[in-house]
Amino acid sequence: MSLSELPDLPSPLVTIHILGRLVQVPEGLTLMKAMEYAGFRLVHGVGCRGGFCGSCGILYRMADDYKLRPALACQTTVAEGMYLARMPFVPTNRAHHDLTQVNLATTTTLLASRYPELARCVACNTCTKACPQELQVMDYVQFALRDDWAEVTRESFDCIQCGLCALRCPADIAQFQVAQLARRAHALHNVAPSPQLAARVASIKAGEHRPELERLLDMDVDGLRALHAAREIEEAS
Amino acid sequence: MKLEQGYPESMLASIAEVERTRAERLETRFPKLEATEAEQLLQRYHPDYRPEGKRAIAVGPNRGDQAPHELVDLLEAQPRITPGDVDLSRIDHEIDLLILGGGGAGTVAALWAVAEGLEPNQILIATKLRHGDANSMMAQGGIQAAVAPGDSPAQHFLDAYGGGHFTNRRELVRALVEDAPGILRWHEKLGVLYDRDTAGEMLRKHGGGTSRMRMHSAKDYTGMELMRVLRDAARDLEIPVLEFASALELLTDEVGRVAGAVLVDLETSCYRVVRARATLLATGGFGRLHIQGYATTNHYGATADGLVLAYRAGARLRDMDAVQYHPTGAAYPEQLVGQLITEKVRSMGAQPINCHGVQFVYPLEPRDVEASAFIRECYERGNQVDTPTGFSGVWLDSPMVEAIHGPGTIERNLAAMARMFRRFDIDMTRQPILVFPTLHYQNGGIAIDPDGRTEVPGLFAAGEVSGGIHGKNRLMGNSLLDYNVFGRRAGRAAAQDILAGVAPGPAVTLEHAYRHAEACRQAGITGELRSPLLLPDYRGKEALSRRIDLL
Ligand SMILES: Cc1cc2nc3c(=O)[nH]c(=O)nc-3n(C[C@H](O)[C@H](O)[C@H](O)COP(=O)(O)OP(=O)(O)OC[C@H]3O[C@@H](n4cnc5c(N)ncnc54)[C@H](O)[C@@H]3O)c2cc1C
Ligand code: SF4
Ligand code: SF4
Ligand code: FES
Repeated sequence: MSLSELPDLPSPLVTIHILGRLVQVPEGLTLMKAMEYAGFRLVHGVGCRGGFCGSCGILYRMADDYKLRPALACQTTVAEGMYLARMPFVPTNRAHHDLTQVNLATTTTLLASRYPELARCVACNTCTKACPQELQVMDYVQFALRDDWAEVTRESFDCIQCGLCALRCPADIAQFQVAQLARRAHALHNVAPSPQLAARVASIKAGEHRPELERLLDMDVDGLRALHAAREIEEAS
Repeated sequence: MKLEQGYPESMLASIAEVERTRAERLETRFPKLEATEAEQLLQRYHPDYRPEGKRAIAVGPNRGDQAPHELVDLLEAQPRITPGDVDLSRIDHEIDLLILGGGGAGTVAALWAVAEGLEPNQILIATKLRHGDANSMMAQGGIQAAVAPGDSPAQHFLDAYGGGHFTNRRELVRALVEDAPGILRWHEKLGVLYDRDTAGEMLRKHGGGTSRMRMHSAKDYTGMELMRVLRDAARDLEIPVLEFASALELLTDEVGRVAGAVLVDLETSCYRVVRARATLLATGGFGRLHIQGYATTNHYGATADGLVLAYRAGARLRDMDAVQYHPTGAAYPEQLVGQLITEKVRSMGAQPINCHGVQFVYPLEPRDVEASAFIRECYERGNQVDTPTGFSGVWLDSPMVEAIHGPGTIERNLAAMARMFRRFDIDMTRQPILVFPTLHYQNGGIAIDPDGRTEVPGLFAAGEVSGGIHGKNRLMGNSLLDYNVFGRRAGRAAAQDILAGVAPGPAVTLEHAYRHAEACRQAGITGELRSPLLLPDYRGKEALSRRIDLL
């Protein structure tokens, strides 16, 4: 029943270029596994291996095509004739800010003041085309220009901060950094704290749950087993 | 290979069976297993219960305890540093608090150490890859906290303790459940965006083994949303982070108190010596050891380094014999094998179905029980679906989620899942997905007290590297919580010690590691293996067989 990283079964090979060298790798591998198959031991440009951390951005081009295509190495399948180049991470600027020091109620230029290069957006849509998460990046840049944090949040929530948009942007905007600031500002300013949560934090602070917990701490295991077995399960809503 | 919407022809007939029985299954409820049935299932099918997967540790504080071979190999391996390799008279960083591991636990500890009074520039987070390249970034399902009026910390305690098969350290469970609501409140203040209903309350869901709906989520990017906000908060405070800096060995003073660590850059192989008043291990889990050959959900750097380092320094581990296999790892397509399918897919209604379209287990049994049922279905009952690359699995009937909650539900709540399959031409809103258990979580770890203190002076631990909180089995949503609760507690306790003037003696040595190495040799352990592992090696066999050591 063992599942290893790579199948041992023979599968058809595809021919690709990795950082300039010609190699043959089994079809169906991700670009990341293909590089490893070819003998690369990855130290940078690899993190979660599952599409969540944004560390594995790469650029590739297909044979007989002029287009450079950005992609996530862990989420893209090799194809015959690919030329691929590994990237380091994109060294974008994160503007210094400490949100506790900003009056979110009055500011209307939070994003543009921290990231004035936003104004240089030429609306070319390159960022949107580059995004492996298929986000409408240009749209959220436009919302950012208007300091509309709620809309930036909605459009950017699934951003994995891979930097591929920034890498391709002619205006050198670090879209994902702007979006991070916008989401936190939105959360702090537009989202009311949960009343239930506040109440529970207060009741814990007041020690209301202590006796019940201490009773469980002192109970013998059989008693706890019985309590556990007798739990009522809340109906899913 | 000819594919029909992402699936090869050989799998389509079974999909048709799943579709055929769906309407009827929507109306029926599969019963939960009785406790004795669940126990039998575990005994017979769970990988942890296979004696050949483990052996007794031969040296060190856990001598005689059973653990998976893959881990014992590393605990008994020789250190990577040998006498003379490292010049310990040259200290590169002299700081208050060294945090090893820049995932969730490490970042939370740093934030709270500052809140407790440490200067940010007297802290150093050293991490193997980049800040946030960590299991913490990958969590999808959610985080538990007893917030709703019909729930309570005591109820949460019962769930966690029962889920852990009554083996957890109770003081730790208490801290976990009692701190939980405060942690969520702290997250609100940092700007974490949890899913909410129209009235502004946080949405709640069930998770495997919970008796109340207390799973709080941020779509299926819960871990990412948390990690990126915590990281941003650490950047606000300008807490120094050394990326691509792996801990290679701890340092100890003349009496064995931990005094910092030797770090190494895996690309340049250059080392640095860090001397610190307190050291906090937050290096996460061990999925990349591929225990018993299982694929894993874990990030690339999850290689048990922290366990090895702490063990050599004399820290006791616990519950290392219990490994969590998540029932639903992707089994198809090949590119996704081992990747997590969040439990939320089941908590939203998707049922596990065999190749004949028949449901064979209640969808939300505790993870170990659920995984065992999948293994039985595939390897004993022969009701598995085989893939063209030789894997097997059972179906998770994801279209049921939309049938129950309405069209668009998957896109709204399971965007990461849907996107992952779409990349490989599978539409999980209309097609079921194939799953098999995958190595997911290190249940045990370094023994700690409720302040994150290990049994070695000067050494703290928090997050997945620590043990005792979850006993032999963690419930979903309790580990995001765990790294917050114990990251905070350990960060604060370490800061308090430092501010109270507690510090190691003047000597900076690797004696403890050499002593452990000697003990291993004495015990007759030979072999070339060195540890910590640092990274798995996935290079192709063919490429390796032609390798010449050149430069
Ligand atoms: C796919 C997936 C989904 C999950 N879903 C959930 C969920 O829904 N709910 C839940 O509660 N939990 C979930 N978990 C579990 C949870 O995410 C982790 O247990 C938790 O985030 C661990 O946090 P940590 O900080 O201890 O470790 P990590 O976040 O893994 O951080 C450890 C860090 O230390 C670094 N490191 C490792 N070795 C060294 C070294 N030698 N030197 C320096 N640095 C080192 C690592 O690279 C990493 O950056 C999930 C886990 C995975 C993998
Ligand atoms: S918005 Fe930019 S950083 Fe975010 S996922 Fe898309 S390309 Fe990557
Ligand atoms: S790539 Fe840059 S300039 Fe072009 S639309 Fe996006 S943000 Fe604007
Ligand atoms: S390695 Fe994390 S997104 Fe690819």
